[in-house]
Amino acid sequence: MTIVPGIRPVGERAVLVELPGNATVRKLVRLVPQALGGVDEVVAGHDTVLISWEPGRTPPHDLVERLAALLAGPPSTTPVARLTVPVTYDGPDLQVVADACGVSPEEVVRRHLASEFEVGFLGFAPGFAYLLGGDQSLRPPRRAEPRDRVPAGALAIAGEYSAVYPTASPGGWNLIGRAHVSPFELERDPPALFRTGMQIHFTEAT
Amino acid sequence: MNRRPPLLAAGSLARLVEVVDPGARTTIQDLGRPGFAHLGIPPSGAADQASCTLANRLVGNAEGAPVLETTLRGPVLRFAAPVTVALAGADVEALADGRPMAMRAPFRIRQGGELHVGIATRGLRTYIAIRGGIDAPLVFGSASSDQLTGLGPPQLRAGDTLDLGRHALASPAVDVAPVVALTSETTLHVVPGPREDWFAPDAVTALLSRAFIVGGQVDRIGARLRGPTLMHRTAEELRSEGVVRGAIQVPPSGDPILLLADHPTTGGYPVIAVLVEADQSRAGQLRPGDTVRFRLRAAPAVEPRSEHFS
Repeated sequence: MTIVPGIRPVGERAVLVELPGNATVRKLVRLVPQALGGVDEVVAGHDTVLISWEPGRTPPHDLVERLAALLAGPPSTTPVARLTVPVTYDGPDLQVVADACGVSPEEVVRRHLASEFEVGFLGFAPGFAYLLGGDQSLRPPRRAEPRDRVPAGALAIAGEYSAVYPTASPGGWNLIGRAHVSPFELERDPPALFRTGMQIHFTEAT
Repeated sequence: MNRRPPLLAAGSLARLVEVVDPGARTTIQDLGRPGFAHLGIPPSGAADQASCTLANRLVGNAEGAPVLETTLRGPVLRFAAPVTVALAGADVEALADGRPMAMRAPFRIRQGGELHVGIATRGLRTYIAIRGGIDAPLVFGSASSDQLTGLGPPQLRAGDTLDLGRHALASPAVDVAPVVALTSETTLHVVPGPREDWFAPDAVTALLSRAFIVGGQVDRIGARLRGPTLMHRTAEELRSEGVVRGAIQVPPSGDPILLLADHPTTGGYPVIAVLVEADQSRAGQLRPGDTVRFRLRAAPAVEPRSEHFS
C-alpha cells in the first residue's frame, strides 16, 4: 500500500506531515534524521510528524515523494529498544478507573500488566512519553478536575494513553500507581528514558 | 560604599557581577537549545534573538554569548572589575554610576561601579550584554533559563553573583547600531496553517484584517491576545502534535495564544497561522496593551506540490 502523506506548511521552515496512524509515525521518525538534510527538529505527534529545517533552510521541492519512498521502504535497521518498568499499583484513582471501565481494581492492574505498550511520542514536559497500545478495555476519561500537583513517577492513564510523570506537575490523568523509574534525569546519558518507538512493558515491583 | 564586594587577588576566579536588585524578572539567555523537541525540551533562548545578538556584537562577544534578559523593569548590578556593557531591545533609562547611557552603544563601567536598568518605555525585554558573556552551566548546549520546564539557571535574585565567560572575540567593531524603533502598534507577518481548516470560514479573514490587543498574561511561553474570537469549525479535539515558536494556537475559547521561546513542544489546540522568521524577534517584545495586526505572507517559496496538500 502506498501512503501519500498530507503535508501542511508550518511557517517558513517546517511542515506537519499527516499520517494514517502512530505506527507510521514511529517508522518515519526513525528514518527522517538520516534521510533528509539540514533538519533540526523531528517531533512525533499522535498521527503527525513535525519536521523543522535549520534557520535559513526550507523543505525540499520533492518532500512528498521522499517521504512516500521512506514510508514504502524498509524500517530502520536500528533495533527497537525494549524497557521493563517496575510499578507499585497503589494509585488514588484505581477505583475510579475500575468503575469507568466496569471491572475491579485488581482486573485493571492485571490488564495493564498484560499489555504491551509503544512510546507513541513525547511532549507536555521533558521526558513525558505518551504510551500507546494498552488494553482496549482500559480507556478511562481524563479527570473532570485536574490535580494541581501530580508527583514525579506517578503512573497515569487517560483515554488510550498511559504515562509516567517525569516531574511533579499539574495533571488531569488518572493515577493508578507509582513507577520505580525516573523518566528524565539531567545527569544521566541519555537524560530521557523513553524515546519514540520504544516498546514498554510494566511489571509489578517486588 | 560599605557594601562594596571584596576585591580578589589577580588570577583568582572573581565573581565579577553582583545582583543588587534583580528587577521584575531577569534571566540568563543565549540562543537556546533547539534540536531536542523530540524529548519534550522547548527551544528557549532569548525571546528577541535579534536584540540578544546585537547586544553581543556591540561588546565584541560571540553572537550567542549568554546575556541578561529583563522583563519590563531591569536590574541593579555592581561590578567588581571594569567591564564593557551594551543594551539592546526594549528602550530603558539606564544609569552607569548615575550617568545616563544610550541604548545600542557600548559603554564602560569602572571597577566597583553600578548599572541601574530602569523600566522599559516601549517593548518588554532589554538585553544586557557584558564583554566576555555571562558564565553559566550549559544544559543541552544552552545557558538559557526556561520558564516552562525549569531547565537552565533560575531567574536572578538579590545577592546572586555571576562570573564572566570567555565569549569575547575581537574588540567591538560597531559603536552605535540603528534599529527600527519599537512601537505600541505592530504588524507581524504570518503563513496560514497548519490547521486553518479547523476554523470557521471567517476566522482566517478575521485574523488577517482585525486588530488584537496583547493581554495581561505575557511570559516567555506565550502571549495571550484579545480581539475577534477565532471560532473552531467543530467541537472535535485535535490529537497532540508538534508546534513551533511563533505558532498562533487557538483554544476552544477562540482567544489566540502566540507561542514564544519557552513554548511546549506539542500542543492539542489547532494552530491557525505561524509567524515568519523575520518577525519572531519582534513578537518577543510584545507587552500587555500593545496592538498587533497580522498580515499574510505567501506560503514559502519552496513548498510541496499542491496536489498533495490535504
